[in-house]
Amino acid sequence: MEQFIVKPLFGGHEINWYTPTNVTLWMALTIVCVLVLFVLGTRGRAIVPSRIQSLAELVYGFIYKMVEDVSGKDGAKYFPYIMTLFLYIVFANLLGLLPLSFTTTSHAAVTATMALMVFFFVTILGVVKNGIGFLSLFWISSAPLVLRPVLAIIEVISYFVRPVSHSIRLAGNMMAGHAVIKVFAGFAGVLGVGAVAPIFAISAVFALELLVAVIQAYVFVILACVYLRDALHPHH
Amino acid sequence: MAVTGDLVQMGAYIGAGLACTGMGGAAVGVGHVVGNYISGALRNPSAAAGQTATMFIGIAFAEALGIFSFLVALLLMFAV
Amino acid sequence: MAVEEQAAGKAVGMPQLDFATYPNQIFWLLVTLVVIYLVLNKVALPRISAVLAERQGTISNDIAAAEDLKQKAVEAEAAYNKALADARVEAARIVAETKAEIQKDLNVAIAKADAEIAAKAAESEKAIAEIRAGALEAVKVVAKDTAKEIVAVLGTKADAKTINAAVTARLKGGA
Repeated sequence: MEQFIVKPLFGGHEINWYTPTNVTLWMALTIVCVLVLFVLGTRGRAIVPSRIQSLAELVYGFIYKMVEDVSGKDGAKYFPYIMTLFLYIVFANLLGLLPLSFTTTSHAAVTATMALMVFFFVTILGVVKNGIGFLSLFWISSAPLVLRPVLAIIEVISYFVRPVSHSIRLAGNMMAGHAVIKVFAGFAGVLGVGAVAPIFAISAVFALELLVAVIQAYVFVILACVYLRDALHPHH
Repeated sequence: MAVTGDLVQMGAYIGAGLACTGMGGAAVGVGHVVGNYISGALRNPSAAAGQTATMFIGIAFAEALGIFSFLVALLLMFAV
Repeated sequence: MAVEEQAAGKAVGMPQLDFATYPNQIFWLLVTLVVIYLVLNKVALPRISAVLAERQGTISNDIAAAEDLKQKAVEAEAAYNKALADARVEAARIVAETKAEIQKDLNVAIAKADAEIAAKAAESEKAIAEIRAGALEAVKVVAKDTAKEIVAVLGTKADAKTINAAVTARLKGGA
Protein backbone atom coordinates (compact mmCIF):
# COMPACT_ATOMS: atom_id res chain seq x y z
CA MET A 1 0.00 0.00 0.00
CA GLU A 2 3.02 2.32 0.15
CA GLN A 3 2.67 2.94 -3.56
CA PHE A 4 -0.57 4.80 -2.96
CA ILE A 5 0.72 7.16 -0.28
CA VAL A 6 0.54 10.83 -1.12
CA LYS A 7 3.85 12.48 -0.26
CA PRO A 8 5.03 16.05 -0.61
CA LEU A 9 7.54 16.30 -3.42
CA PHE A 10 10.03 18.52 -1.64
CA GLY A 11 10.16 16.95 1.82
CA GLY A 12 8.13 17.77 4.90
CA HIS A 13 4.96 16.12 6.16
CA GLU A 14 2.48 18.91 5.85
CA ILE A 15 0.02 18.42 2.97
CA ASN A 16 -1.94 21.55 2.28
CA TRP A 17 -4.20 21.89 -0.71
CA TYR A 18 -1.49 23.74 -2.64
CA THR A 19 1.46 21.52 -1.67
CA PRO A 20 3.18 20.03 -4.74
CA THR A 21 3.00 16.30 -4.08
CA ASN A 22 3.62 13.15 -6.10
CA VAL A 23 0.01 13.59 -7.22
CA THR A 24 1.10 16.86 -8.81
CA LEU A 25 4.08 15.22 -10.47
CA TRP A 26 2.16 12.36 -12.06
CA MET A 27 -0.72 14.56 -13.10
CA ALA A 28 1.78 16.90 -14.71
CA LEU A 29 3.18 13.89 -16.57
CA THR A 30 -0.26 13.08 -17.94
CA ILE A 31 -0.40 16.64 -19.23
CA VAL A 32 3.01 16.10 -20.83
CA CYS A 33 1.72 12.93 -22.50
CA VAL A 34 -1.31 14.73 -23.84
CA LEU A 35 0.91 17.54 -25.10
CA VAL A 36 3.28 15.12 -26.82
CA LEU A 37 0.52 13.13 -28.45
CA PHE A 38 -1.89 15.88 -29.38
CA VAL A 39 0.21 19.00 -29.82
CA LEU A 40 3.68 17.82 -30.78
CA GLY A 41 2.32 14.82 -32.67
CA THR A 42 -0.12 16.79 -34.79
CA ARG A 43 2.33 19.67 -35.33
CA GLY A 44 2.84 18.67 -38.96
CA ARG A 45 -0.91 18.87 -39.81
CA ALA A 46 -0.01 16.37 -42.49
CA ILE A 47 -2.56 15.09 -44.98
CA VAL A 48 -0.69 11.81 -44.89
CA PRO A 49 -0.18 11.51 -41.12
CA SER A 50 2.97 10.49 -39.31
CA ARG A 51 2.67 7.56 -36.90
CA ILE A 52 2.09 9.66 -33.82
CA GLN A 53 -0.36 11.90 -35.64
CA SER A 54 -2.34 8.94 -36.90
CA LEU A 55 -2.47 7.65 -33.33
CA ALA A 56 -3.88 10.99 -32.18
CA GLU A 57 -6.39 10.92 -35.03
CA LEU A 58 -7.33 7.35 -34.15
CA VAL A 59 -8.06 8.31 -30.53
CA TYR A 60 -9.96 11.39 -31.69
CA GLY A 61 -12.05 9.42 -34.15
CA PHE A 62 -12.71 6.61 -31.68
CA ILE A 63 -13.93 8.87 -28.88
CA TYR A 64 -15.84 11.14 -31.24
CA LYS A 65 -17.68 8.20 -32.76
CA MET A 66 -18.42 6.80 -29.30
CA VAL A 67 -19.84 10.12 -28.08
CA GLU A 68 -21.96 10.41 -31.19
CA ASP A 69 -23.17 6.81 -31.07
CA VAL A 70 -24.00 6.77 -27.37
CA SER A 71 -25.12 10.34 -26.68
CA GLY A 72 -26.62 11.13 -30.05
CA LYS A 73 -25.82 13.89 -32.49
CA ASP A 74 -26.63 16.67 -30.03
CA GLY A 75 -24.22 15.12 -27.53
CA ALA A 76 -21.32 15.76 -29.89
CA LYS A 77 -20.83 19.29 -28.62
CA TYR A 78 -19.79 17.92 -25.21
CA PHE A 79 -17.09 15.92 -26.94
CA PRO A 80 -14.18 18.11 -25.63
CA TYR A 81 -15.16 17.41 -22.01
CA ILE A 82 -15.41 13.68 -22.64
CA MET A 83 -12.11 13.74 -24.50
CA THR A 84 -10.47 15.56 -21.58
CA LEU A 85 -11.68 12.94 -19.13
CA PHE A 86 -10.66 10.07 -21.38
CA LEU A 87 -7.16 11.35 -22.04
CA TYR A 88 -6.53 12.17 -18.40
CA ILE A 89 -7.72 8.77 -17.21
CA VAL A 90 -6.03 6.71 -19.88
CA PHE A 91 -2.66 8.40 -19.42
CA ALA A 92 -2.91 8.36 -15.63
CA ASN A 93 -3.72 4.63 -15.78
CA LEU A 94 -0.90 3.83 -18.18
CA LEU A 95 1.65 5.96 -16.35
CA GLY A 96 0.60 4.24 -13.16
CA LEU A 97 1.77 0.94 -14.64
CA LEU A 98 5.35 2.15 -14.77
CA PRO A 99 7.37 0.70 -11.91
CA LEU A 100 7.79 3.06 -8.93
CA SER A 101 5.11 5.34 -10.32
CA PHE A 102 2.13 6.78 -8.52
CA THR A 103 -1.33 6.06 -9.90
CA THR A 104 -3.45 9.15 -9.45
CA THR A 105 -6.59 7.37 -10.65
CA SER A 106 -6.29 4.76 -7.89
CA HIS A 107 -7.39 7.39 -5.39
CA ALA A 108 -11.05 7.66 -4.60
CA ALA A 109 -10.64 11.41 -4.13
CA VAL A 110 -9.61 11.83 -7.76
CA THR A 111 -12.15 9.48 -9.31
CA ALA A 112 -14.95 10.69 -7.04
CA THR A 113 -14.23 14.27 -8.04
CA MET A 114 -14.49 13.34 -11.71
CA ALA A 115 -17.59 11.23 -11.16
CA LEU A 116 -19.24 14.05 -9.20
CA MET A 117 -18.30 16.52 -11.91
CA VAL A 118 -19.99 14.28 -14.46
CA PHE A 119 -22.96 13.74 -12.14
CA PHE A 120 -23.59 17.41 -11.45
CA PHE A 121 -22.90 18.45 -15.02
CA VAL A 122 -25.35 15.88 -16.34
CA THR A 123 -28.03 16.58 -13.76
CA ILE A 124 -27.88 20.35 -14.23
CA LEU A 125 -27.82 19.91 -18.00
CA GLY A 126 -30.83 17.61 -17.84
CA VAL A 127 -32.82 20.03 -15.70
CA VAL A 128 -31.86 23.00 -17.87
CA LYS A 129 -32.65 21.21 -21.13
CA ASN A 130 -35.84 19.42 -20.12
CA GLY A 131 -37.07 21.32 -17.06
CA ILE A 132 -39.50 19.26 -15.03
CA GLY A 133 -39.63 16.72 -17.87
CA PHE A 134 -36.25 15.48 -16.67
CA LEU A 135 -38.09 13.64 -13.90
CA SER A 136 -39.65 11.35 -16.52
CA LEU A 137 -36.30 9.60 -16.43
CA PHE A 138 -37.49 8.02 -13.20
CA TRP A 139 -41.08 7.39 -14.30
CA ILE A 140 -40.88 4.43 -16.65
CA SER A 141 -43.97 4.81 -18.78
CA SER A 142 -43.52 1.44 -20.47
CA ALA A 143 -43.93 -0.43 -17.16
CA PRO A 144 -47.33 -1.47 -15.71
CA LEU A 145 -48.88 1.32 -13.64
CA VAL A 146 -48.71 -0.65 -10.40
CA LEU A 147 -45.01 -1.18 -10.71
CA ARG A 148 -44.15 2.39 -11.62
CA PRO A 149 -43.79 3.87 -8.10
CA VAL A 150 -41.58 0.95 -7.06
CA LEU A 151 -39.49 1.31 -10.19
CA ALA A 152 -39.31 5.05 -9.62
CA ILE A 153 -37.79 4.50 -6.18
CA ILE A 154 -35.29 2.04 -7.61
CA GLU A 155 -34.47 4.40 -10.45
CA VAL A 156 -33.92 7.34 -8.08
CA ILE A 157 -31.64 5.26 -5.88
CA SER A 158 -29.70 3.96 -8.84
CA TYR A 159 -29.42 7.50 -10.18
CA PHE A 160 -27.81 8.73 -6.98
CA VAL A 161 -25.59 5.66 -6.69
CA ARG A 162 -24.21 6.37 -10.14
CA PRO A 163 -21.32 8.63 -9.04
CA VAL A 164 -20.37 6.11 -6.35
CA SER A 165 -20.13 3.15 -8.69
CA HIS A 166 -18.72 5.35 -11.40
CA SER A 167 -15.81 6.45 -9.24
CA ILE A 168 -15.22 3.30 -7.20
CA ARG A 169 -15.09 1.20 -10.37
CA LEU A 170 -12.12 3.10 -11.71
CA ALA A 171 -10.28 3.53 -8.44
CA GLY A 172 -11.01 -0.07 -7.43
CA ASN A 173 -9.78 -1.48 -10.73
CA MET A 174 -6.57 0.47 -10.56
CA MET A 175 -5.97 -0.33 -6.93
CA ALA A 176 -6.84 -4.00 -7.41
CA GLY A 177 -4.46 -4.43 -10.31
CA HIS A 178 -1.60 -2.81 -8.48
CA ALA A 179 -2.34 -4.75 -5.31
CA VAL A 180 -2.36 -8.05 -7.22
CA ILE A 181 0.97 -7.25 -8.82
CA LYS A 182 2.26 -6.30 -5.40
CA VAL A 183 1.10 -9.60 -3.93
CA PHE A 184 2.81 -11.60 -6.69
CA ALA A 185 5.91 -9.46 -6.27
CA GLY A 186 5.83 -10.37 -2.57
CA PHE A 187 5.79 -14.08 -3.54
CA ALA A 188 8.71 -13.47 -5.86
CA GLY A 189 10.57 -11.77 -3.04
CA VAL A 190 10.00 -14.73 -0.76
CA LEU A 191 11.05 -17.32 -3.35
CA GLY A 192 14.17 -15.43 -4.34
CA VAL A 193 16.04 -16.41 -7.50
CA GLY A 194 13.82 -19.39 -8.38
CA ALA A 195 10.68 -17.30 -8.59
CA VAL A 196 9.74 -18.28 -12.13
CA ALA A 197 6.05 -18.73 -11.50
CA PRO A 198 5.47 -15.38 -9.73
CA ILE A 199 7.44 -13.54 -12.40
CA PHE A 200 5.40 -15.23 -15.09
CA ALA A 201 2.24 -14.35 -13.18
CA ILE A 202 3.37 -10.75 -12.81
CA SER A 203 3.95 -10.52 -16.56
CA ALA A 204 0.50 -11.93 -17.25
CA VAL A 205 -1.18 -9.63 -14.75
CA PHE A 206 0.75 -6.69 -16.14
CA ALA A 207 -0.53 -7.46 -19.62
CA LEU A 208 -4.04 -7.73 -18.23
CA GLU A 209 -3.55 -4.44 -16.42
CA LEU A 210 -2.52 -2.73 -19.66
CA LEU A 211 -5.82 -3.87 -21.11
CA VAL A 212 -7.73 -2.87 -17.99
CA ALA A 213 -6.09 0.57 -17.93
CA VAL A 214 -7.47 1.36 -21.37
CA ILE A 215 -10.81 -0.40 -20.89
CA GLN A 216 -11.52 1.36 -17.61
CA ALA A 217 -10.83 4.73 -19.19
CA TYR A 218 -13.17 3.73 -22.01
CA VAL A 219 -15.79 2.50 -19.58
CA PHE A 220 -15.59 5.68 -17.53
CA VAL A 221 -16.22 7.91 -20.51
CA ILE A 222 -18.81 5.61 -22.08
CA LEU A 223 -20.78 5.73 -18.84
CA ALA A 224 -20.40 9.50 -18.83
CA CYS A 225 -21.85 9.42 -22.36
CA VAL A 226 -24.73 7.21 -21.25
CA TYR A 227 -25.54 9.65 -18.44
CA LEU A 228 -25.28 12.47 -20.94
CA ARG A 229 -27.77 10.73 -23.20
CA ASP A 230 -30.13 10.30 -20.27
CA ALA A 231 -29.85 14.03 -19.59
CA LEU A 232 -30.48 14.98 -23.21
CA HIS A 233 -33.25 12.47 -23.88
CA PRO A 234 -34.79 11.41 -20.55
CA HIS A 235 -37.76 9.62 -22.12
CA HIS A 236 -36.82 6.06 -22.68
CA MET B 1 -7.48 -6.31 25.77
CA ALA B 2 -4.87 -7.79 23.54
CA VAL B 3 -7.03 -10.84 23.04
CA THR B 4 -10.00 -8.70 22.03
CA GLY B 5 -7.84 -6.81 19.54
CA ASP B 6 -6.61 -10.04 18.04
CA LEU B 7 -10.15 -11.31 17.82
CA VAL B 8 -11.27 -8.17 16.03
CA GLN B 9 -8.37 -8.46 13.62
CA MET B 10 -9.09 -12.12 13.03
CA GLY B 11 -12.71 -11.32 12.32
CA ALA B 12 -11.65 -8.59 9.93
CA TYR B 13 -9.34 -10.90 8.04
CA ILE B 14 -11.95 -13.65 7.83
CA GLY B 15 -14.46 -11.09 6.65
CA ALA B 16 -12.00 -9.88 4.03
CA GLY B 17 -11.54 -13.41 2.77
CA LEU B 18 -15.28 -13.94 2.62
CA ALA B 19 -15.78 -10.65 0.82
CA CYS B 20 -13.40 -11.82 -1.88
CA THR B 21 -15.88 -14.58 -2.82
CA GLY B 22 -18.02 -11.80 -4.20
CA MET B 23 -15.46 -11.30 -6.93
CA GLY B 24 -16.30 -14.77 -8.19
CA GLY B 25 -19.84 -13.56 -8.78
CA ALA B 26 -18.50 -10.66 -10.79
CA ALA B 27 -16.42 -13.08 -12.83
CA VAL B 28 -19.51 -15.18 -13.56
CA GLY B 29 -21.39 -12.02 -14.51
CA VAL B 30 -18.70 -10.76 -16.85
CA GLY B 31 -18.36 -14.17 -18.43
CA HIS B 32 -22.11 -14.32 -18.94
CA VAL B 33 -22.21 -10.91 -20.58
CA VAL B 34 -19.34 -11.64 -22.96
CA GLY B 35 -20.50 -15.16 -23.71
CA ASN B 36 -23.97 -13.99 -24.63
CA TYR B 37 -22.51 -11.18 -26.67
CA ILE B 38 -20.38 -13.61 -28.64
CA SER B 39 -23.17 -16.12 -29.19
CA GLY B 40 -25.36 -13.26 -30.40
CA ALA B 41 -22.56 -11.95 -32.56
CA LEU B 42 -22.10 -15.34 -34.18
CA ARG B 43 -25.78 -15.55 -34.98
CA ASN B 44 -25.89 -12.06 -36.47
CA PRO B 45 -22.38 -10.79 -37.11
CA SER B 46 -23.60 -7.69 -38.92
CA ALA B 47 -25.27 -6.37 -35.78
CA ALA B 48 -22.32 -7.20 -33.53
CA ALA B 49 -20.24 -4.09 -34.16
CA GLY B 50 -23.03 -1.79 -33.01
CA GLN B 51 -23.41 -3.58 -29.71
CA THR B 52 -19.77 -3.61 -28.60
CA ALA B 53 -20.28 -0.45 -26.58
CA THR B 54 -23.33 -1.96 -24.92
CA MET B 55 -21.28 -5.03 -24.05
CA PHE B 56 -18.64 -2.86 -22.41
CA ILE B 57 -21.29 -1.05 -20.40
CA GLY B 58 -22.63 -4.42 -19.31
CA ILE B 59 -19.17 -5.60 -18.35
CA ALA B 60 -18.62 -2.40 -16.41
CA PHE B 61 -21.82 -2.86 -14.41
CA ALA B 62 -21.13 -6.50 -13.70
CA GLU B 63 -17.55 -5.83 -12.80
CA ALA B 64 -18.32 -2.88 -10.54
CA LEU B 65 -19.99 -5.20 -8.05
CA GLY B 66 -16.93 -7.40 -7.93
CA ILE B 67 -14.85 -4.33 -7.34
CA PHE B 68 -17.17 -3.38 -4.48
CA SER B 69 -16.53 -6.70 -2.77
CA PHE B 70 -12.82 -6.25 -3.31
CA LEU B 71 -13.13 -2.82 -1.77
CA VAL B 72 -14.91 -4.23 1.23
CA ALA B 73 -12.08 -6.71 1.61
CA LEU B 74 -9.51 -3.95 1.45
CA LEU B 75 -11.42 -1.85 3.95
CA LEU B 76 -11.60 -4.78 6.34
CA MET B 77 -7.89 -5.44 5.92
CA PHE B 78 -6.58 -1.96 6.29
CA ALA B 79 -9.21 0.44 7.51
CA VAL B 80 -11.09 -1.37 10.26
CA MET C 1 3.40 -1.53 6.56
CA ALA C 2 1.35 -0.28 9.48
CA VAL C 3 4.53 0.56 11.37
CA GLU C 4 5.82 2.74 8.56
CA GLU C 5 2.52 4.53 8.27
CA GLN C 6 2.42 5.20 11.94
CA ALA C 7 5.94 6.52 11.68
CA ALA C 8 4.74 8.84 8.92
CA GLY C 9 2.00 10.08 11.16
CA LYS C 10 -0.84 8.35 9.33
CA ALA C 11 -3.76 6.99 11.30
CA VAL C 12 -5.39 4.93 8.53
CA GLY C 13 -4.11 1.87 6.74
CA MET C 14 -5.41 2.80 3.33
CA PRO C 15 -3.88 5.93 1.82
CA GLN C 16 -7.10 6.30 -0.20
CA LEU C 17 -8.97 6.98 3.02
CA ASP C 18 -6.54 9.61 4.29
CA PHE C 19 -8.88 12.55 4.08
CA ALA C 20 -6.08 14.99 4.84
CA THR C 21 -4.75 14.53 1.32
CA TYR C 22 -8.12 15.04 -0.37
CA PRO C 23 -8.00 18.82 -0.87
CA ASN C 24 -4.55 18.49 -2.33
CA GLN C 25 -5.55 15.77 -4.79
CA ILE C 26 -8.76 17.48 -5.79
CA PHE C 27 -6.99 20.79 -6.32
CA TRP C 28 -4.30 19.29 -8.55
CA LEU C 29 -6.86 17.17 -10.38
CA LEU C 30 -8.88 20.26 -11.23
CA VAL C 31 -5.73 22.05 -12.37
CA THR C 32 -4.79 19.09 -14.56
CA LEU C 33 -8.23 18.73 -16.07
CA VAL C 34 -8.46 22.44 -16.83
CA VAL C 35 -5.02 22.41 -18.45
CA ILE C 36 -5.84 19.34 -20.56
CA TYR C 37 -9.20 20.84 -21.50
CA LEU C 38 -7.61 24.11 -22.56
CA VAL C 39 -4.88 22.36 -24.54
CA LEU C 40 -7.46 20.18 -26.28
CA ASN C 41 -10.01 22.86 -26.89
CA LYS C 42 -7.64 25.59 -28.04
CA VAL C 43 -5.03 23.62 -29.94
CA ALA C 44 -5.43 19.91 -30.42
CA LEU C 45 -9.06 19.26 -31.31
CA PRO C 46 -9.50 22.12 -33.82
CA ARG C 47 -6.23 21.10 -35.42
CA ILE C 48 -7.18 17.43 -35.71
CA SER C 49 -10.67 18.13 -36.95
CA ALA C 50 -9.20 20.57 -39.50
CA VAL C 51 -6.71 17.95 -40.65
CA LEU C 52 -9.44 15.31 -40.89
CA ALA C 53 -11.73 17.67 -42.79
CA GLU C 54 -8.89 18.64 -45.08
CA ARG C 55 -8.05 15.02 -45.72
CA GLN C 56 -11.70 14.25 -46.38
CA GLY C 57 -11.79 17.18 -48.77
CA THR C 58 -8.63 16.09 -50.53
CA ILE C 59 -9.90 12.56 -50.89
CA SER C 60 -13.27 13.64 -52.24
CA ASN C 61 -11.55 16.15 -54.55
CA ASP C 62 -9.30 13.43 -55.84
CA ILE C 63 -12.25 11.14 -56.34
CA ALA C 64 -14.10 13.91 -58.15
CA ALA C 65 -11.04 14.59 -60.30
CA ALA C 66 -10.75 10.89 -61.10
CA GLU C 67 -14.44 10.84 -61.97
CA ASP C 68 -13.91 13.88 -64.17
CA LEU C 69 -10.99 12.29 -65.95
CA LYS C 70 -12.98 9.12 -66.45
CA GLN C 71 -15.80 11.19 -67.91
CA LYS C 72 -13.29 12.91 -70.19
CA ALA C 73 -11.92 9.57 -71.32
CA VAL C 74 -15.43 8.40 -72.14
CA GLU C 75 -16.06 11.62 -74.03
CA ALA C 76 -12.79 11.29 -75.89
CA GLU C 77 -13.69 7.76 -76.88
CA ALA C 78 -17.08 8.90 -78.11
CA ALA C 79 -15.45 11.71 -80.07
CA TYR C 80 -12.97 9.28 -81.55
CA ASN C 81 -15.76 6.90 -82.55
CA LYS C 82 -17.70 9.78 -84.05
CA ALA C 83 -14.68 10.96 -86.01
CA LEU C 84 -14.14 7.43 -87.23
CA ALA C 85 -17.75 7.15 -88.37
CA ASP C 86 -17.56 10.55 -90.05
CA ALA C 87 -14.40 9.57 -91.83
CA ARG C 88 -16.07 6.38 -93.01
CA VAL C 89 -19.08 8.31 -94.33
CA GLU C 90 -16.77 10.80 -96.02
CA ALA C 91 -14.75 8.04 -97.59
CA ALA C 92 -17.90 6.36 -98.86
CA ARG C 93 -19.06 9.69 -100.29
CA ILE C 94 -15.74 10.25 -102.02
CA VAL C 95 -15.80 6.76 -103.42
CA ALA C 96 -19.31 7.26 -104.77
CA GLU C 97 -18.41 10.63 -106.25
CA THR C 98 -15.32 9.31 -107.90
CA LYS C 99 -17.26 6.40 -109.23
CA ALA C 100 -19.90 8.70 -110.68
CA GLU C 101 -17.25 10.92 -112.26
CA ILE C 102 -15.49 8.00 -113.79
CA GLN C 103 -18.82 6.70 -115.06
CA LYS C 104 -19.53 10.08 -116.63
CA ASP C 105 -16.14 10.22 -118.30
CA LEU C 106 -16.61 6.70 -119.43
CA ASN C 107 -20.02 7.49 -120.86
CA VAL C 108 -18.63 10.47 -122.71
CA ALA C 109 -15.76 8.44 -124.07
CA ILE C 110 -18.12 5.67 -125.11
CA ALA C 111 -20.44 8.12 -126.83
CA LYS C 112 -17.51 9.70 -128.64
CA ALA C 113 -16.21 6.35 -129.70
CA ASP C 114 -19.68 5.37 -130.86
CA ALA C 115 -19.95 8.55 -132.90
CA GLU C 116 -16.56 7.98 -134.42
CA ILE C 117 -17.40 4.43 -135.21
CA ALA C 118 -20.69 5.51 -136.79
CA ALA C 119 -18.87 8.14 -138.89
CA LYS C 120 -16.31 5.63 -140.00
CA ALA C 121 -19.03 3.13 -140.85
CA ALA C 122 -20.87 5.74 -142.92
CA GLU C 123 -17.70 6.60 -144.73
CA SER C 124 -17.05 2.98 -145.46
CA GLU C 125 -20.60 2.54 -146.67
CA LYS C 126 -20.14 5.43 -149.04
CA ALA C 127 -16.89 4.02 -150.29
CA ILE C 128 -18.49 0.66 -150.84
CA ALA C 129 -21.38 2.27 -152.68
CA GLU C 130 -18.98 4.15 -154.89
CA ILE C 131 -17.04 1.03 -155.59
CA ARG C 132 -20.23 -0.78 -156.38
CA ALA C 133 -21.36 2.00 -158.71
CA GLY C 134 -17.95 2.01 -160.32
CA ALA C 135 -18.20 -1.72 -160.87
CA LEU C 136 -21.67 -1.42 -162.41
CA GLU C 137 -20.43 1.23 -164.78
CA ALA C 138 -17.51 -0.92 -165.72
CA VAL C 139 -19.80 -3.90 -166.31
CA LYS C 140 -21.89 -1.70 -168.65
CA VAL C 141 -18.89 -0.57 -170.59
CA VAL C 142 -17.52 -4.08 -170.80
CA ALA C 143 -20.91 -5.44 -171.86
CA LYS C 144 -21.26 -2.82 -174.61
CA ASP C 145 -17.76 -3.39 -175.82
CA THR C 146 -18.24 -7.14 -175.74
CA ALA C 147 -21.58 -6.82 -177.53
CA LYS C 148 -19.94 -4.63 -180.28
CA GLU C 149 -17.15 -7.11 -180.76
CA ILE C 150 -19.57 -10.00 -180.88
CA VAL C 151 -21.75 -8.20 -183.30
CA ALA C 152 -18.72 -7.33 -185.40
CA VAL C 153 -17.51 -10.88 -185.39
CA LEU C 154 -20.93 -12.14 -186.52
CA GLY C 155 -20.54 -9.87 -189.47
CA THR C 156 -23.50 -7.83 -188.89
CA LYS C 157 -23.13 -4.18 -189.26
CA ALA C 158 -24.65 -2.27 -186.57
CA ASP C 159 -23.96 1.15 -185.32
CA ALA C 160 -22.74 1.85 -181.84
CA LYS C 161 -25.86 3.69 -180.79
CA THR C 162 -28.15 0.81 -181.30
CA ILE C 163 -25.91 -1.64 -179.59
CA ASN C 164 -25.56 0.63 -176.61
CA ALA C 165 -29.28 1.06 -176.34
CA ALA C 166 -29.85 -2.67 -176.55
CA VAL C 167 -27.29 -3.50 -173.94
CA THR C 168 -28.66 -0.88 -171.59
CA ALA C 169 -32.13 -2.23 -172.08
CA ARG C 170 -30.97 -5.77 -171.42
CA LEU C 171 -29.08 -4.72 -168.37
CA LYS C 172 -32.06 -2.91 -166.99
CA GLY C 173 -34.31 -5.80 -167.77
CA GLY C 174 -31.89 -8.37 -166.48
CA ALA C 175 -31.27 -6.36 -163.46
